[in-house]
Amino acid sequence: MEALREGLIKALQLIASLDPEVVEITRRSLAISSTSCSLTTLVAIPLSSLIHFTHFWGKRGLISVIQTLYSLPTVVVGLLVFVLFSRAGPLGNLHLLFTPTVMVIGQVILVMPLMLGLVISALSGVDKAVPETAISLGASRLQMGLITLREAKYAVLTAVIMGFGRAFSEVGLAMMVGGNIRGFTRTLTTAISLETSKGDIELSLALGIILLLIALAINITVNRLQHR
Amino acid sequence: MIEAYNLGQKYGGRYVLRDVNLKIGRGEVFAVIGPTGAGKTTLLRLLDLLEMPASGKVHFDGVDVTSSGQERLRVRRRMSFVQQKPVVFAMSVYDNVACGLRWRREKDEVIRQRVEGALKLVGMTDYRDRNAKTLSGGETQRVAIARALATQPELLLLDEPTANLDPVSVSKVEEVLAHIVGEHKMTVVMATHDMSQGQRLACRIGVLIDGRLLQVGAPHEVFTSPQTKEVAELVGVENILAGTVAGKADNLVTIAVDGGAIEAISHYEMGERVYVLIRPEDITLALSRDSTSARNTFRGEIVKMALVGALIRIEINCGFSLLALVTKKSAEELNLIPGRSVYASFKASAIRVIKRWN
Repeated sequence: MEALREGLIKALQLIASLDPEVVEITRRSLAISSTSCSLTTLVAIPLSSLIHFTHFWGKRGLISVIQTLYSLPTVVVGLLVFVLFSRAGPLGNLHLLFTPTVMVIGQVILVMPLMLGLVISALSGVDKAVPETAISLGASRLQMGLITLREAKYAVLTAVIMGFGRAFSEVGLAMMVGGNIRGFTRTLTTAISLETSKGDIELSLALGIILLLIALAINITVNRLQHR
Repeated sequence: MIEAYNLGQKYGGRYVLRDVNLKIGRGEVFAVIGPTGAGKTTLLRLLDLLEMPASGKVHFDGVDVTSSGQERLRVRRRMSFVQQKPVVFAMSVYDNVACGLRWRREKDEVIRQRVEGALKLVGMTDYRDRNAKTLSGGETQRVAIARALATQPELLLLDEPTANLDPVSVSKVEEVLAHIVGEHKMTVVMATHDMSQGQRLACRIGVLIDGRLLQVGAPHEVFTSPQTKEVAELVGVENILAGTVAGKADNLVTIAVDGGAIEAISHYEMGERVYVLIRPEDITLALSRDSTSARNTFRGEIVKMALVGALIRIEINCGFSLLALVTKKSAEELNLIPGRSVYASFKASAIRVIKRWN
């Protein structure tokens, strides 16, 4: 208990003094997660609109698969990406393993199902009369999709933030394909994992507090959006 | 302007619209009248090219536009459709009305002029910056109409424009519609279940019952000369008696109905199975037989009386059941009460006789 108390005080000191290592790791975590989240958003919004607005055989099945993949284990994505980008793998000659780039690629794969599924349900939540009205007012398919997304904007934004949260807080993937290289691929989660096993409880706690604060900020934002 | 040929639609294997043939000319105001569930909305949706028909064709300006593709969007942009329960988008009233124009890539200046013109027309200018989601039902309806008019459509489709509205909003919306029809010479197809609204606004009426267009004609013609029992019921003929022609002298026929015989002017031959149609307002009530010159006079007993607006609806049993409408004043003068004996009379010329198929 004493150790925890002391650790906590030191952790707060680290944060308050803007310890260079803490700041650097936090910034990298945010940069990697926001890059992967942005890329996922760019693909997920048009793709889920396409899935939502077109009728095709197996649509329900596809949506079930997407929803099942919400809980895709991070280590499974890690394994998949590792195999793809390892020296002997099909994309090995890109030499991307243990770089922030490959971490972003992994996070895009990890977050994609969640964001696709949430944007599809955001669109399903819009009154069916909205796309119909748009069509009757002379909207093209694209214009109809855009106004429907606009009507669902809070739910869509929630989907994006949830996606960011998943990318930001995962550890298995970052560890496996990033390698936790200090000053290069080390993120909040991988650093906590390493420092704890090394016995540096203060640094772990400091990083953990930052992680929780950011998660809290995300939660508050989502909550406020959902009550709009 | 727009034509339907053998148009039919089915949902889940069941026909909701069958063999509709319709030609609507430029500048015409056409009302589709029918009870709820008759297929009015489906017909409008097919005309607006929102759905593909199960059978038949839609022609716009003489061109077949039934087939899918870019052509449908192009044609749809020449019409506007105001749905029965219009939805507004979560944006300002101004932006709502501007939507259709922005989608057509009109210039900003044109958009501003048209939106302001449309808002003025429906009397919603003061609401231009309000969030459209916060409007009342009548206001929402007027915004939807403004939104449809802003694109200056050649054809305006209205689905029950005043259903679910309070009487004040109804008359406001009707005023706007009458103005559009009068001033802008727009072609309008409107669906309504309200016969009187059709009479007020339309130059031609089509009666749609059970997915079939049963009768098309001028409002007074449909109103006074319904051709089938279903149309008669819809246009407010409350006395429909099944009978058989039992006697004929020139144009004057005697029709035997259950519990009596009625004289009417008709061309039907002896033995023909017919319906006798009598509007309740064409029946006069009296306390003695000799005060009337009408050919048909029946003595009966008042069964039921009910107030309908300023009139009293009286059910009389005179062998068969008759419904009459009298003013409150004359009911008081005649001292009409349930159980009392009265003479119900109507002229032979006030009766419509139509063929009965069953």
